[in-house]
Amino acid sequence: MAYKNFILVCGGTGCESSRADDIYKELIASAEALGVKDDVQIVKTGCFGFCEKGPIVKVLPSESFYVEVKPEDAREIIAEQVVKGREVTRLLYKDDRQKDRIKVEDIQFYQKQFRIVLRNCGVINPENIDEYIARDGYAALEKVLSSMKPDDVIEQLKVSGLRGRGGAGFPTWRKWMFSKGVQSDQKYVVCNADEGDPGAYMDRSTIEGDPHSVIEAMTICGYTVGSTKGFVYIRAEYPLAIERLKIALKQAREYGLLGDDILGTGFSFDIEIRLGAGAFVCGEETALLQSIEGNRGMPIPRPPFPAVKGLWGKPTIINNVETWANIPVIITKGADWFAKIGTETSKGTKVFALTGKVNNSGLVEVPMGTTLREIIFDIGGGIKGGKKFKGAQTGGPSGGIITEEFLDTPIDYESLTALGSMMGSGGLIVMDEDDCMVDVSRFYMEFCVDESCGKCSPCRIGTNQMHALLVKITKGQGTLEDLEKLEKIGLAMKKAALCGLGQTAPNPTLATIKRFRDEYVEHIVDRKCRAGKCKDLVVYSIDKDKCIGCGLCARKCPVNCISGDKTQKFTIDASKCIKCGECFKACKFSAVVKK
Amino acid sequence: MAKMTLEQLRKLREEKKGDMVKRDVEGKSVQIIVGMGTCGIAAGAKQSFDEIVKAVDEYKLSGDVIIRQTGCMGLCHVEPTVEVVMPGMPATIYGRVDAATARDIVVKHVVGKTLVENHIYDRPAVDIVKK
Repeated sequence: MAYKNFILVCGGTGCESSRADDIYKELIASAEALGVKDDVQIVKTGCFGFCEKGPIVKVLPSESFYVEVKPEDAREIIAEQVVKGREVTRLLYKDDRQKDRIKVEDIQFYQKQFRIVLRNCGVINPENIDEYIARDGYAALEKVLSSMKPDDVIEQLKVSGLRGRGGAGFPTWRKWMFSKGVQSDQKYVVCNADEGDPGAYMDRSTIEGDPHSVIEAMTICGYTVGSTKGFVYIRAEYPLAIERLKIALKQAREYGLLGDDILGTGFSFDIEIRLGAGAFVCGEETALLQSIEGNRGMPIPRPPFPAVKGLWGKPTIINNVETWANIPVIITKGADWFAKIGTETSKGTKVFALTGKVNNSGLVEVPMGTTLREIIFDIGGGIKGGKKFKGAQTGGPSGGIITEEFLDTPIDYESLTALGSMMGSGGLIVMDEDDCMVDVSRFYMEFCVDESCGKCSPCRIGTNQMHALLVKITKGQGTLEDLEKLEKIGLAMKKAALCGLGQTAPNPTLATIKRFRDEYVEHIVDRKCRAGKCKDLVVYSIDKDKCIGCGLCARKCPVNCISGDKTQKFTIDASKCIKCGECFKACKFSAVVKK
Repeated sequence: MAKMTLEQLRKLREEKKGDMVKRDVEGKSVQIIVGMGTCGIAAGAKQSFDEIVKAVDEYKLSGDVIIRQTGCMGLCHVEPTVEVVMPGMPATIYGRVDAATARDIVVKHVVGKTLVENHIYDRPAVDIVKK
């Protein structure tokens, strides 16, 4: 006996609370009543995301996706779909905006994600080149080598509107054109896989899941700009990505897709791997190139830009992993196809590493112009534990925090910059009411102090000074003048620092001072941290009315500063308390109060 | 394989495409695909992979089943992930697949042709290559 249909009932916490359980029971009862229980298996699943439209019911193999299903609908689903084989149209998910946004695909689909960069991740075996080839892999290279001139490739990139995904969003075609226009005996092609933002891992996943897409794109670039030599600069902390890349390079060489006389066309190109030692500044292109040359990884002033004068003084195209992974698709599907996706100024998709206080963390790829609300609430399934959304950090230590009022802004390069943040590499950290914005700024500034290469004083001294001021505020010793100082130093760094690291290091602090000034003032004037993150400002005490005298807190306390007994209830000696929070976590009656 | 020419690459692609459409690799009709990115491995994908191999052996399925690896599907919150593709069943993605669930997938899904409850997740996006 085999089932003909499968009905999946979303069993995520969001849907559970909106009566998914009743729907499940009703479906089973209806299947029994209508005599089809042997034709259909009804199962509960994990969360499908989309919790705002829950409960979700999905029927396979027809792929019918029903939203906002009520228990009363169960019978109709069974009667129509299982008995008669027809979809229940009125429950199907519809999204009119979606239609406008992705005109290129005329199928109606419910997913908010659209995967170009991650097209093969989780689909192919990354260690088997045949699977990549079967999914149109190296078809772009084939097309370029057999039927396109270098200028045609640049024209395609121009029409596609592709911009660098590493952060700044420089038009890719322009970079390539600069390099192509320079006469030189040697040119280089570099892949920046030195992903270093806290919380970002899209480049690692792309190389681990689909290494050939980067190799193919770099080879196309070599042909276009007239280069025979490429480097992938990847951090040594990514051993699996490096391993898979090595396997991929070897297989590509064996197949004649890399090396001398590629595919019998006379064009030669090969790629070497260079390992980075994990310095954040080496993600900055000039520092990265220095590091490849064997020098200490420190930025040098631009111009001249690497496209004109890069590795060993030769024209060098440097793009990041995500940018590269887009290119084969642009060539095979056409620039017009690509240009239809996204917003006016920002084409295509963006991959975000969605982490933090969100239910469904993960790698998400969405068309440019998707709103943060869609990413966090539809795809991410909302905030963990039903807490309140406070802000979303984009762009890592170079970015800023986007607050609730801007959740509906369509995301692209320009809109994020306008909000005082930036696209960055695509780390997206969701924060809730338990996160302290001053503490978050301090964390990012500490990161920048560690990672500043020390070459220019605005960054070397500026990050240290800003960090000291932020520490002072989190300790409750700050003054209102400190806020002004922070802003002053920050603005000076933005103007005077040598490279992107120093110019953007003040961003998280400046953005939070702008959006959460009241929280800074609270730390300074009231000596209070509302999120309870800044240890020095937190005081633990015990609510006598709630305390039942079990003594669990006293047993957990590592410094024995809680005393009392069953009759008298317990108290905390604040002078000895080290504010570890163990008592707060231990108490089952919420009697320990954190203020 | 030796170095190819443009023509040979085209031929190879058509050939391999056929294989992918058939979803039939090396004459085996059932594919169990384990997500083995850093994230999946960190969450225990290797243990799940081993358990699948063991269960497939125990049920003498190795003539029909091919176990493959792939990269990260992006469902970090439910790693490790396992996809099962086989005739007569919808292609299914399972998440939070620990060793016990891995065994359930072989016993219930592959042998019993029923879905394993509470572990089903959704592929996050349509496939642009397939179209």
